[in-house]
Amino acid sequence: MKALVWCAPYKVAVEEVPDPKILNRRDAIIRITSTCICGSDLHLYDGFIPFMKPGDILGHEPMGIVEELGPDVDGSRIAVGDRVVVPFPIACGNCFFCRREMYSCCDNTNPNAALAEKLFGFPTAGIFGYSALTGGFAGAQAQYLRVPFADVNLQKMSDEFTDHQLVMLADIFPTGYMAAEQANIQPDDTVAVWGCGPVGQFTIRSAMLLGAGRVVAIDDGKSVPERLQMAADAGAITIDMNDEYVYDRLLDLTSGIGPDVCIDAVGMEAHGYRAIEHAYDKIKTNLFMETDRPAALRQAIECCRKGGTLSIPGVYGGVADKIPLGAMMNKALTIKTGQTHVHKYVPRLMEHMRKGDIDPSFVVTHRLPLSEAVHGYEIFRRKVDGCIKIVLDPAA
Amino acid sequence: MTMSQQMTDRSGGYTGYQDLDDSDAQDSWLGEGINVGGTERAVSVAAGAALALLGLSRGSGLGLLTAAAGSALVYRGMKGHCPAYSAMGVDTAHGTEEHYQQQARRTEQRVAKRGIHVEEAFLINKPQQELYDFWRNFENLPRIMTHLESVQVLEDGRSRWRAKAPRIAGGSVEWEAKTTRDEPGQVIAWRSLPGSDIDTTGEIRFQKALGDRGTDVHVFMRYIPPAGRIGHWMATLVGQDPERLIRDDLRNFKRIMEAGEVITTEGQPHGACTGRRRRK
Repeated sequence: MKALVWCAPYKVAVEEVPDPKILNRRDAIIRITSTCICGSDLHLYDGFIPFMKPGDILGHEPMGIVEELGPDVDGSRIAVGDRVVVPFPIACGNCFFCRREMYSCCDNTNPNAALAEKLFGFPTAGIFGYSALTGGFAGAQAQYLRVPFADVNLQKMSDEFTDHQLVMLADIFPTGYMAAEQANIQPDDTVAVWGCGPVGQFTIRSAMLLGAGRVVAIDDGKSVPERLQMAADAGAITIDMNDEYVYDRLLDLTSGIGPDVCIDAVGMEAHGYRAIEHAYDKIKTNLFMETDRPAALRQAIECCRKGGTLSIPGVYGGVADKIPLGAMMNKALTIKTGQTHVHKYVPRLMEHMRKGDIDPSFVVTHRLPLSEAVHGYEIFRRKVDGCIKIVLDPAA
Repeated sequence: MTMSQQMTDRSGGYTGYQDLDDSDAQDSWLGEGINVGGTERAVSVAAGAALALLGLSRGSGLGLLTAAAGSALVYRGMKGHCPAYSAMGVDTAHGTEEHYQQQARRTEQRVAKRGIHVEEAFLINKPQQELYDFWRNFENLPRIMTHLESVQVLEDGRSRWRAKAPRIAGGSVEWEAKTTRDEPGQVIAWRSLPGSDIDTTGEIRFQKALGDRGTDVHVFMRYIPPAGRIGHWMATLVGQDPERLIRDDLRNFKRIMEAGEVITTEGQPHGACTGRRRRK
């Protein structure tokens, strides 16, 4: 089959690789019909996540058709021919965490648990195509994918929606939704969202679905004006971090009290807008003295109102410097974060889709054949051609 | 061993070695080369002492000879080694149940004193009895212990174990073990028997966890690795640290019990990064 493989930082290639096989008794093989490039794939592309091996297949946002099932898959829940979305974290369904719907914290799906234990203290769930640290599973930017614990992980879909609507359920729609939901938004709340990438876009719309008083979207209007425009289209107040001081503007908007909920949908590769701060993080990361550049997180902590909630869907992978813990502690902030417990949210998001509250395909700007995935990474990374979200077609 | 720090109830503690006498004195006169049985040794000491006293009380030349012979008997009894038996090829110690027990006891002492101690804990979301039942059928264990090749259950609580070992230790080790404690649903304890490649004692405990969290499983093991401490150190260097193996094994146990299988990525597709597209 064809697959997109990671070879070195800034170097990916579409290659011919062997087809996946059933390896465990509850595995499934799916034929992928749509698969996305995620903003977090760029962290791998840029070499920000350690433990990548040359030849690793990337991708963790697929959907497709079940082709083959292992002998122990519960046939009452999934069958060959079903149209399915595959959540990016792999869950076992039976451990302490799965039983509490914390699927991305599953105890039993990371084959490299000992490695993850060393870095994070505890192993978290396996993730498709996301380095040895999350299990070293072959990724989904390919024509076929092997899915473990198929009866727990495969989410059966009906034919009433298109691929572009459904494939967003594999990661970014639930991720944006969880970012807003875990912040416990109240009707009179001002919600500030840093980052208007695909996850930020879903966060903005989810905050509105959950009844936020108003939503403020923050991004760089010089390099990605189309993203701020998309946020404005959803009804958000936008702040271009080049034009205004974010802190001052947020205080103006909230009469000096600050946003009740601050959401960092940027993650480890923030650019920041203070040259000195960015240079500091750039140097430290290049010297391997920190792994993450937390400029957006710092600003979110600074801006959040006293007793407010900080929610972090943005991906961080290691350690970061100069986090304003004093502000966080003295202002009595609540911190909510985590990789998304996708399985938990799929049913309720389907419900929103059925009611017509949201059409998740709004975020898609490009559909490319898998063979052009390398070009896709390039335009997504450089944010050119109005690129916000790319869906790859493995059959084309 | 981060998990073990979380243990809340240690009141049960580890009881496996409480019956051991840890004194050095025993070891020093229980040297190698024992060929006189225990009862015979006691008689030898008593008779030798009597003879020596009798000889010394006479004071004559014959008396001194008698005293010397008595002393030799005392020495023979104390030491457990008889030069005359040795010359004649007689051995009244080995092969007896008594000697066997003695050896086992010495092994246990050595393990307790000089063995490497491993303690691991896992929370497993299943009832105690179910976990106990799986473990108690020792022949199941190669499914969770990747380095274990086979376990054969023998008579009267004994079993024969065969495992892969670091190459420095010969590539494979074999030992016989005896179940020393067996409380259904609670505890299984074992120790290796004399003549094994590896000297080990161990215990697995199943305790009900708080609320509906399942079972706290604790494993305590002590063992003297085949190539001693240096072997252990070398194994650690090449990534075959037995503590790590035991932790990985327990994790496999958890995975089989909770999820039905141990998830793997062996055999999945991988690219070559040759820079050219290759056909299948």
